[in-house]
Amino acid sequence: MPVEIVLVKYTRELKINAVGRDIPEEILKITGKEVFQGNNYKEGVEYHKQGPIVKPVLDHNTSKMVGSIREALIKCGAHDGMTLGFHHHFREGDLVVNMVMKEVHDMGFKDVTICASSLGKAHDALLPYIEDGTITGIQSSGVRGKIGEAISRGKLQKLAIMRSHGGRVRAIQSGETVLDISFIGAPTCDDYGNCKGIGGKSDCGVLSYSFVDGQHANKVVAITDCLVPFPNFPADIAMTRVDYVCVVDAIGIPEKIATGAAKPTTDVRKLMMADYCTQVVINTPWFKDGFSYQTGVGGASIASAASLAKIMEERGIKMGFAVGGMSKGMVDMLDRGLVGKLLDTQDFDLFAVNSVKRPNHHRISAGAYANPFNKGCFVNKLDYVVLAALEVDTHFNCNVVVGSDGMITGAQGGHPDAAQGAKCTIVICPLLQGRIPAICTDVTTVTTPGESIDVVVTDYGVAVNPARQDILDALKAADCVPLKTIEELRDIAYKIVGEPDPVQFGDRIVGIIEARDGTIMDVVREVKDYTV
Amino acid sequence: MSHPNKKRLRRTMMFLNAQKPGLIKDPYIYKPDSIMLDLEDAVAEKEKDAARFSLFHALREIDYRGVERVVRVNGLDTDLWREDIRAAVAGGCDSIRIPKTETAKDVQMVADAVAEAEKEFGVEPGRVLIMAALESAKGVMHALEICESSDRLFGVALSGGDYTKDLQTTISGTGVELMGARQMMIIAARAAGVQCFDTVFTNLDDMEGFRKEVQTIKQMGFDGKSIINPRQISIVHEIYTPTPKEITFAEKVVREIDEKKALGIGVFTVDGKMIDIAFYDGAKRTIELAKASGVYKGEL
Repeated sequence: MPVEIVLVKYTRELKINAVGRDIPEEILKITGKEVFQGNNYKEGVEYHKQGPIVKPVLDHNTSKMVGSIREALIKCGAHDGMTLGFHHHFREGDLVVNMVMKEVHDMGFKDVTICASSLGKAHDALLPYIEDGTITGIQSSGVRGKIGEAISRGKLQKLAIMRSHGGRVRAIQSGETVLDISFIGAPTCDDYGNCKGIGGKSDCGVLSYSFVDGQHANKVVAITDCLVPFPNFPADIAMTRVDYVCVVDAIGIPEKIATGAAKPTTDVRKLMMADYCTQVVINTPWFKDGFSYQTGVGGASIASAASLAKIMEERGIKMGFAVGGMSKGMVDMLDRGLVGKLLDTQDFDLFAVNSVKRPNHHRISAGAYANPFNKGCFVNKLDYVVLAALEVDTHFNCNVVVGSDGMITGAQGGHPDAAQGAKCTIVICPLLQGRIPAICTDVTTVTTPGESIDVVVTDYGVAVNPARQDILDALKAADCVPLKTIEELRDIAYKIVGEPDPVQFGDRIVGIIEARDGTIMDVVREVKDYTV
Repeated sequence: MSHPNKKRLRRTMMFLNAQKPGLIKDPYIYKPDSIMLDLEDAVAEKEKDAARFSLFHALREIDYRGVERVVRVNGLDTDLWREDIRAAVAGGCDSIRIPKTETAKDVQMVADAVAEAEKEFGVEPGRVLIMAALESAKGVMHALEICESSDRLFGVALSGGDYTKDLQTTISGTGVELMGARQMMIIAARAAGVQCFDTVFTNLDDMEGFRKEVQTIKQMGFDGKSIINPRQISIVHEIYTPTPKEITFAEKVVREIDEKKALGIGVFTVDGKMIDIAFYDGAKRTIELAKASGVYKGEL
């Protein structure tokens, strides 16, 4: 007897997004957002940029100098429920966020949202402020350490929003996030607010992530530990955008801001993956004079860039530009005349910091780098990007934020931006992370959609996204790497370590992973302790 | 003598501590010809049983994708080696490496234990091969009798560290102290028709020195080298990869011998060189090496 199927007019299709994630209705309601509907869903959709409140300075007697962060907060009209902007150029050596938030806490403000380009273990000290309701919202490209754990344990009152570097600029420019006050840690600054990333004692090279804060925050405070004579020029953040200048003892811990150059890896596993990656680059059609490239600072990425440089020299091929975070490898290429221009958004080591002032090493804003909602950003012009991932699934979706234990433990950074932008996006990922299979059926959380990922390089072989038959054909013809399907890689991983039980989550949703265009890619649920 | 694996390609034999799951779970990704799972020196005295357990399960569970699995058992002067052999044979290893071999009797004793274990665990009789490590002056002096000691024996390996201690010298890096042993062993191995492997090179920071040593031992006739790190594999394989000229010559030799044999001609010339049947195995081996190195595009 046929069972009568009751058709429920339920908006289920709309709740399931383009990467197959079920986004609960209440989340769509609270955030007013749509589900992710593909990389180019918002192509050509016009919008108005949000302008900041500007308090003009006409009187030449007006001083921008303030005696303390407290005074800056008072003058900026700090209030409960405000949103504060920060950059993460000082990386694990950052002192600014903690310093400001301590003052905010001590002044008794509540319900504050932090909108930072990223947060890390340097900010573990904020944990009590989350617990006591000083901080109730966090918007960042990711979080590590205790804050990540606190969010995953449901301690943050509001939904955490994890968005890419480009996504942050979009959110601020579109007015989705209104920055009441942005604090810009500036390695050097003059008394009128001209900020630079170099010349002081806590140099970070560039201030790319703060450009948008300068342009769109209602109040802008420069915090420096090195006040220099006016004009501090050419400035990254110009005085025309800065309301107040505050001098403190230290804004960062130099050895944690920019490290020495990473020692080239001798780990054969990483070298193998580096070699596969290089083979993919040189055997695909975009590897020709003037090509563009972005890479990271993982052992395999650095090794691959080094071997690529050698081949470029042999074949007389030069890179037109490299973009993104910079380190010694890229600076060396500039020295050897192998790259035309470095377009720098972040400096990982002292070589990059010190190179910033040279010709053809340019400082660019995070918006110019990756904002999907401007009239075209640099990532769109990328031929290759080499990225990493915590997990990649058989749909090529990547997870770079949530650990396989369900805990928020990483950052999107520019991952989704560069991945979408580049013509050939390569993810290097060892098949196993300890006992965890990194190639799996479904990633714990989708942070970069599979449609952006073209090639996955593992120590057990290389998988090409079937959507990129052109790349697959090129690699097959070159017979240069052990090609496997992504399913084969997953099966090898599962055969070695077994298929793990899914992480057990509670019902509560503690955060969202925002796609570049502001739609919802995935949600992050509260972690609950594993029970058998 | 008819064992199919006895003459297999063994350019690299990588030492791995059998007790370290992280090491033994997937060494095949580095593509060594053989791995040597060590129960002897790498394993602390109190961990011997744990290592044996780990070895047994690795051999049973892991697909090493055609890489030869040799197990180095503990010395014959211990009470561990018999149980090591039982675990290794039960797990399904390909070969047993005897440390500190000094006489033909040592090999025969191990061969008997292997045969017993094969019987006990239902392994096809004669499947598990043996190799002998010579680590003393006495062992080296008995190289020929060791090489001829058993049908199961596929080769001998020099263990330079212990051997130089026994000679009352040290490893200098020049190879001078190993010269005699290397010569004795390769001559004995060839006389007996078995393979011969060189000792490890322990300074991982001196890749140039390593390269030179591999070139030397290849020229001396060694079949391959024991290695301690995957970084060394590509260098050995590169040096053992025949040049295009060598490959072309080998192809000609094989083809010509096949052809001339049918015509009843024993001696002839290829590219101006006098060739007879004695060249056949060498030419075949060159082609086999070329195939293993991924450079052979011919049809032989």
